[in-house]
Amino acid sequence: MPAKDKNNGINGSDRAPLSQRRFKMPEIRDEKDLGAKVKITIDDHDLEVPFGTTILEAARTLSIKIPTLCHHEDLCVAGVCRICVVEIEGQRTLQAACAYPVTGPLKISTYSPKVRKARRHNLDLMLKHHYGECYSCVRNNNCELQSLAKEYGVDFYRFGHDDKPHHEVDRSSYSVVRDMNKCILCRRCVRTCIDLQEVGVLEAVNRGPHTEIATFNDMPLGDVVCINCGQCINRCPVGALRAKDPSDEIWAAIDDPKKHVIIQTAPSPRAAIGECFGLPPGTSVTRQLNTALRRAGFDKVFDTNFTADLTIMEEATELLIRLKKALVDKDKTVKLPQFTSCSPGWVKFCEHFYPEFTDYLSSCKSPQQMFGALLKTWYAEKAKIDPKDIVTVALMPCSAKKYECNRPEMTSSGFKDVDYGLTSRELAQMIMETGLDLPNLPASDFDDPVGEASGAGLIFGATGGVMEAALRTAVEVVTGIKTEDIFKNLDITPVRGFEGVRYYEIPIPKTAAVPELLQKSLGVKTFDFLKGATLKVAVAHGTANARKVMENIKAGGKFAEAHFVEFMACPGGCLGGGGQPIPTSPEIREARAKAIYAEDAGLELRKSHENKHVVDLYKEFLKDGPCGHQSHHLLHTHYLKRGKRIV
Amino acid sequence: MTRRKTDLVLFSELTVEKALKRALGRERAELIGEIRDSGLKGRGGAGFPTGTKWNLAGAAQGERKFVVCNADEGEPGTFKDRVLLTEYAEHLFGGMVLAAYCIGAGEGIVYLRGEYEYLMRGLKETLASMRERHLLGKDCAGKKGFEFDIHIHLGAGAYVCGEETALIESLEGHRGEPRNRPPFPVTTGYLGCPTAVNNVETFITALHIVEKGAAWFKKFGTSKSTGTKLFSVSGDCARPGVYEFPMGITVANLLKEVGGEEAKAVQVGGASGRCVARHEFGSTIAFEDVSTGGSIIVFGPTRNMLQVAKNFMEFFAEESCGQCTPCRYGTETLLEGIKLLEQKKCPMKYLRELVSLGETMQIASKCGLGQSAPNAFISILQNFKHEILAHPQGE
Repeated sequence: MPAKDKNNGINGSDRAPLSQRRFKMPEIRDEKDLGAKVKITIDDHDLEVPFGTTILEAARTLSIKIPTLCHHEDLCVAGVCRICVVEIEGQRTLQAACAYPVTGPLKISTYSPKVRKARRHNLDLMLKHHYGECYSCVRNNNCELQSLAKEYGVDFYRFGHDDKPHHEVDRSSYSVVRDMNKCILCRRCVRTCIDLQEVGVLEAVNRGPHTEIATFNDMPLGDVVCINCGQCINRCPVGALRAKDPSDEIWAAIDDPKKHVIIQTAPSPRAAIGECFGLPPGTSVTRQLNTALRRAGFDKVFDTNFTADLTIMEEATELLIRLKKALVDKDKTVKLPQFTSCSPGWVKFCEHFYPEFTDYLSSCKSPQQMFGALLKTWYAEKAKIDPKDIVTVALMPCSAKKYECNRPEMTSSGFKDVDYGLTSRELAQMIMETGLDLPNLPASDFDDPVGEASGAGLIFGATGGVMEAALRTAVEVVTGIKTEDIFKNLDITPVRGFEGVRYYEIPIPKTAAVPELLQKSLGVKTFDFLKGATLKVAVAHGTANARKVMENIKAGGKFAEAHFVEFMACPGGCLGGGGQPIPTSPEIREARAKAIYAEDAGLELRKSHENKHVVDLYKEFLKDGPCGHQSHHLLHTHYLKRGKRIV
Repeated sequence: MTRRKTDLVLFSELTVEKALKRALGRERAELIGEIRDSGLKGRGGAGFPTGTKWNLAGAAQGERKFVVCNADEGEPGTFKDRVLLTEYAEHLFGGMVLAAYCIGAGEGIVYLRGEYEYLMRGLKETLASMRERHLLGKDCAGKKGFEFDIHIHLGAGAYVCGEETALIESLEGHRGEPRNRPPFPVTTGYLGCPTAVNNVETFITALHIVEKGAAWFKKFGTSKSTGTKLFSVSGDCARPGVYEFPMGITVANLLKEVGGEEAKAVQVGGASGRCVARHEFGSTIAFEDVSTGGSIIVFGPTRNMLQVAKNFMEFFAEESCGQCTPCRYGTETLLEGIKLLEQKKCPMKYLRELVSLGETMQIASKCGLGQSAPNAFISILQNFKHEILAHPQGE
């Protein structure tokens, strides 16, 4: 398996065309021969750069801005928009700075007359077919084409401008809306889909001015094997791709006095939404957001971390049951490793590309869906509100959550468990509409009866977080040793970080008695069956990395020996989700992760099983314990072996 | 009609088997040196020195190496490779064996233009016969330990696949789109391996050179453009066909040979080439002057040059791969401009803007297609300004 790579675990995949793979320089065999450093001149500044550095990277070290459109830090090189062209002394043609590796001395000009003219022409040509007005676009003021048009002084359409749309807007997907009238063919979405995520539902079709980005056979996005991860949205430089916005319906519910509108907020949006209000990435605004949501008119504000804790109880129990069945009952049909199931993008990826493995997925619903099911049953009963009048909104970093809440299985309360999945971007928009100044609002707490959640639930937002949360509970329950006595400060660092795939083994030196809560589900009184065993876990984020692990499991490699694998569809985990503020980059995701881990470190309660609300819930409502009858009905689900089929 | 002159290069006497066996008895470096000394430049049009290319591919590190023959002859007005593929297939394959030996390749691929599918049978028969005679396969051409074989890959009709990196993408099963260069195919080509991509004519010429010597080859042509070249001559002339001329022939002399003295213009190098007007007929056809991959289209005195420009631009708008902005929308915009000129509705200011856009395309496009797409438009506009702007254009 690949070890560390420089780009946060994101490699150019073998499925991407070579022309669009990350540029690979031939290995330098003898540094003396090739010279590890190359002297170049950019706009009269002399500098030395490592052999193979692109002109763009070199210019950035000098803070020289070369405009880009098709280039994205997370993606392989394309070199197609030609906005980044620069002039190299002695060369007839201009070169794309993003794609040109420095292998010898060069004299480069980044804004010569030829360069400026070429960039302006390129912009004029793109604007020619970029249909739509900026003020009626979701990306107004956050559009890379718009910014460039301003920077290059575009004040008229030199080569004309489309006066009518050429494509119908595709709204067939629950998650992603495609408006190809705005597409400038930078192909970031194509590269995101095939190279970053290895899903591959988008590709360029036709030629010349008729080129367009299309799905297989130009089918609606809702009818192809899209996993709804929304990574393409995060990387679209313009407004051609966006999430399906439910804010009008949510406003209508808020404005309806008969409706009891509840919002649950996930940890990742809280660590990122500040970016929409000018705060630097990695500024957590959890408690200010509570105030904003109440003022905006939500009746209750709950913390998704509560059901994240509940998920840990259910999922860890499920794992222990599987282990017990395999080790004690010698049941050969037990599927191990168990896969996490909280990322709906990953779940659909598994259903489409590895349908034979859906039984390996934990049957636990995601925290969002557990919460929805509980709100319309347990909470409704407790608060004496007719569940048909409850509207549940989930603030998520995710576009796939919009799809998830529309899955027909997600109605165990008798109603649609979660009515609307709302992204960070859409909520920011709603708050702006109210005029509330989010960063400067007073802080306030979540509402009861589930006002407190653990740090374990919080770190679900980062890749490795679910695994860490599960381990904090499982290790302690199984061994009887306090997790913090094994892992300093309760930080299980081996599963943290941004490496694409991580693997970790934890020996189980001694075992404890099974807690009463779990005895019924497990059917044994001690964990002796795990004595001397080694718990093997793995973490993968981004479906390209998930694919690597899955292929390894299929081939019977070391991951097939693992017991528990966390998969997240999005690079970086939820904090890099398809509903998060745009732009995204490895640095931004890292800052968000820091915010989440810092918040966790500052909490008293950091283990799911110590959350008293969770314990109370099992006492008063889910009486037969984790993985018991009631919890199976409300908190667990099943999956479809989709393959190439949609339904 | 093919006019073969046996006293020149391509159609001169050569027995492939004998030439190959002799060549493969020599050192690689010596052979590459011979090619290099001959000054042979790529016959596909770009004119990259063949010896240098083979040397680079030979020096490149790679477990596998490939020799690829670009037989995607798609330039409008070019049909000389068809003659070679039909009648001199063994010479071509022999040239590929030579190249493979020089660079250390084990596999060869002929990327055959989709429309030439009907040549497939003949080519395969030739390959089979060569295998029988051990000119392909193990201990190829009598060289112990050298194994090389060739297969044919059929294109699907895209002009851009004649661009070597797009050709390689197409070979790999991807959409035929040019790659970023560098890295070049000599180090990172087919399947990421070192690959030498050459034109049909180049391979055959190279075989002649190693057999007859660089000095013999250099007798023909000019000092910077050595040797001879095949020309596909079409259009308004008495004797269209495939000709072999020494490099450096003047346009006027060429026209005399083909019976096109009346021409008012000649398009040298096909759609991506240059339109040479009567007053420039003294210029020579050579890499240092007017360069060509072999296409010569003669335009008689009554031809409407704006229609010529339109025809070429329609071709490029159709054939642009659509990958990079200047080519994708530039070709379309220039075509729209030509239509405005046709309707006499193109203001001078806008026309100047279009020429300027053409200049941007020439330097900012990703590959040779986009870079040469405006050539015909710009050169026709320059040379036939009076004809095209004879009628006032509306403001």
